[in-house]
Amino acid sequence: MFEIIDKRELCDKVYQFKIRAQHLAKKAKAGQFVILRKDEMGERVPMSIGGLDPASGVLTVVIQEVGKTSASMNRMKTGDHFADVVGPLGIPSHIEKFGHCVCIGGGVGIPPIRPIAQALKEIGNKVTTIIGSRTKDLLIFEQELREASHELLISTDDGSYGTHGFVTTILQKMIDDGGHIDMVIAIGPVPMMKAVVATTREPKIKTYVSLNPIMVDGTGMCGACRVTVGGKTRFACVDGPDFDGHEVDFDEMTKRMKMYVRYEKQAYDRFLQDEHCRLAKAAEAPKDKNA
Amino acid sequence: MVDKNGKKKLTTKERMQIPRNPMPEQEPNDRICNFDEVPYGYTPELAMAEAERCIMCPKPKCISGCPVEVDIPAFIRMISEGDFVGAARKIKETNALPAICGRVCPQEEQCEAVCVLVKKYKPVAIGYLERFVANFEREHAEIRIPELPPSTGKKIAVVGSGPAGLTVAADLAQMGHKVIIFEALHKPGGVLIYGIPEFRLPKKVVAAEVDYLRKLGVEVNTSYVVGKLDTVDELFEMDFDAVFVGTGAGLPNFMRIEGENLNGVYSANEFLTRSNLMAAYDFPEHDTPIFVGKNVAVLGGGNTAMDSVRTSLRLGAQNGYIVYRRSRKEMPARIEEIHHAEQEGVQFHFLTNPVRYIGNDEGWVTDMECIKMELGEPDASGRRRPIPIEGSNFVIPVDTVVVAVGNSSNPLIPRTTPGLETNKWGNIVVNEKTMMSSRPGIFAGGDIVTGGATVILAAGAGKVAARAIHKYVMGIPFEEEKEEEKEEATRGT
Repeated sequence: MFEIIDKRELCDKVYQFKIRAQHLAKKAKAGQFVILRKDEMGERVPMSIGGLDPASGVLTVVIQEVGKTSASMNRMKTGDHFADVVGPLGIPSHIEKFGHCVCIGGGVGIPPIRPIAQALKEIGNKVTTIIGSRTKDLLIFEQELREASHELLISTDDGSYGTHGFVTTILQKMIDDGGHIDMVIAIGPVPMMKAVVATTREPKIKTYVSLNPIMVDGTGMCGACRVTVGGKTRFACVDGPDFDGHEVDFDEMTKRMKMYVRYEKQAYDRFLQDEHCRLAKAAEAPKDKNA
Repeated sequence: MVDKNGKKKLTTKERMQIPRNPMPEQEPNDRICNFDEVPYGYTPELAMAEAERCIMCPKPKCISGCPVEVDIPAFIRMISEGDFVGAARKIKETNALPAICGRVCPQEEQCEAVCVLVKKYKPVAIGYLERFVANFEREHAEIRIPELPPSTGKKIAVVGSGPAGLTVAADLAQMGHKVIIFEALHKPGGVLIYGIPEFRLPKKVVAAEVDYLRKLGVEVNTSYVVGKLDTVDELFEMDFDAVFVGTGAGLPNFMRIEGENLNGVYSANEFLTRSNLMAAYDFPEHDTPIFVGKNVAVLGGGNTAMDSVRTSLRLGAQNGYIVYRRSRKEMPARIEEIHHAEQEGVQFHFLTNPVRYIGNDEGWVTDMECIKMELGEPDASGRRRPIPIEGSNFVIPVDTVVVAVGNSSNPLIPRTTPGLETNKWGNIVVNEKTMMSSRPGIFAGGDIVTGGATVILAAGAGKVAARAIHKYVMGIPFEEEKEEEKEEATRGT
């Protein structure tokens, strides 16, 4: 059992969890991921690592509510326990002295950029980080990324904060302005990673993307996380999660990630309905007492 | 003649005349609507009646037909005398997992294949009897913890809790060693838990075996991925005296044909893991979903293929197909599994191989294009090589495909253990007499060494490894093993 030692809301439906996982936090490296299971009935879900504190044995993950599992995790409180935190899984990000690195994060892909930016910076790279969200209120981890990088640039789709546009608007401008970039790493929604890769293809900038497809075991045993990279089938859990972005078949990945949409909706609707009933009952209860 | 219980003793001829007792089981139409175990098992009366069929050969062949050499005539004699618990313990002297082996061993290729009765009659139902006594012992709370020798002070890490790991752990614990199991998944049992379905091997049977290990003092750590959280070398730094690697053949093979990544195409590992370990049959009570369409095609002819297709029927498939490139005769599945699949309405497409999958715009598989095959000369496996018949292509509509064409070895440990020798398939190379790898102190057994094989072979490898690990940690040279074996062999004849 793994204790939640701190939980806080970062923005609407997005929570940050600090989980005590002593051994794991000491072993994990930037770019690796974990598999969480809430309880005995729970599914195994891969989660990026948003922060590591080896000294105190604490792991940070950020969970966005998109279905039943993430919703029920986000209802957990400080002091509650996850049944399982498995890892560290996957191959760590390739950290070497590239020169100028641009780290790009979108949405809940922003937190896992932090350990990578930190690691790249620590060994002497110049690190520019670009983060983006739909609107200012949904932008998370700004302060964390500011500390982890030499320079932080921000975009919002609606222009409420930073550059009006996408993370690729900023990236494109950097390239157009003749800024030298040795390596790009992007983590975020599939359309964002696809757009980043499209931007760096022509100038031939080495671009890594960190993929988070559907997984079950996370150790190479099931093959649920198959992705096509350079025309070959790879398992994101053991061959990744980082891959050469210019080789990834994002269209196939998008379709594969929709495999269980119908089931996810069914489970989520039921969860919300149950929760609604429970809250309604709870609201009625004290009234009865007074009556 | 009358025995000590006042029962009439049968002559050998009379024994041979008794027909083999079938095991009562659920009706096919009932059982495809549930996940309960198919056979009900023998009653004590049936077991005793079946035990009477054993003619107690002076030179029994069944023992050498068993990979772990269970003293089969001895335990059958005890059954005929009504000593069911004694019979279970007799088996446990050589096989720690009788409840499991009684259910999943291919007896028809092993002990029962060499039963003297086979020539003229049907063999004694050794598997059914093994299953019966193991159940009897468990259900009557007669599980006895043997007296353990004093602690040796030695600590052994067992990586993986499948049949090989469980056997090694049981044997070493009984020799007085401290054993700690490291399992990557959240439940111990390996393929017995994630792979073999409830209707063939109930989870409670596996759980009982694991409980037994715990009672022997074995510690079980789940969700602990060796090769990631700790490497094998780091285990040695944690003061383990030896490490046994029994991580199985956990890397599913695909056929590398067009459309294999369409939605609806599963590896058997994923399909079975979702249904078994994650209890997806119970969605949405359990959170993990599984997609089973109307038409389910399972590729392959082994036990895993039978498990997958029978699972799909229980999850609502209207048509469950087995698509196998060779003919019925070459299918590696146990006869009982094929028989059960047929009874349940599985449709077999023999001498058929898929060449590509056809999908719709949303990325879902809709059809599978196949080609007919014919059998040519025998290949390296001794089975006749299937050859495609040109121009014989045809299309089967499918919404779910399960690829059950075998597994390769999981690379997590070989990749993270420098100096650990592997062969071209990625299997760990070991000395067959000791199961020790190229790295002193690192032993391995089961599918990680042999490639995909059977539960009992893995258990057999575990037994060999346990003996060698004992010698290794106690500083007894392996050479003595040979001499002892020789002595034993001499005594035996």
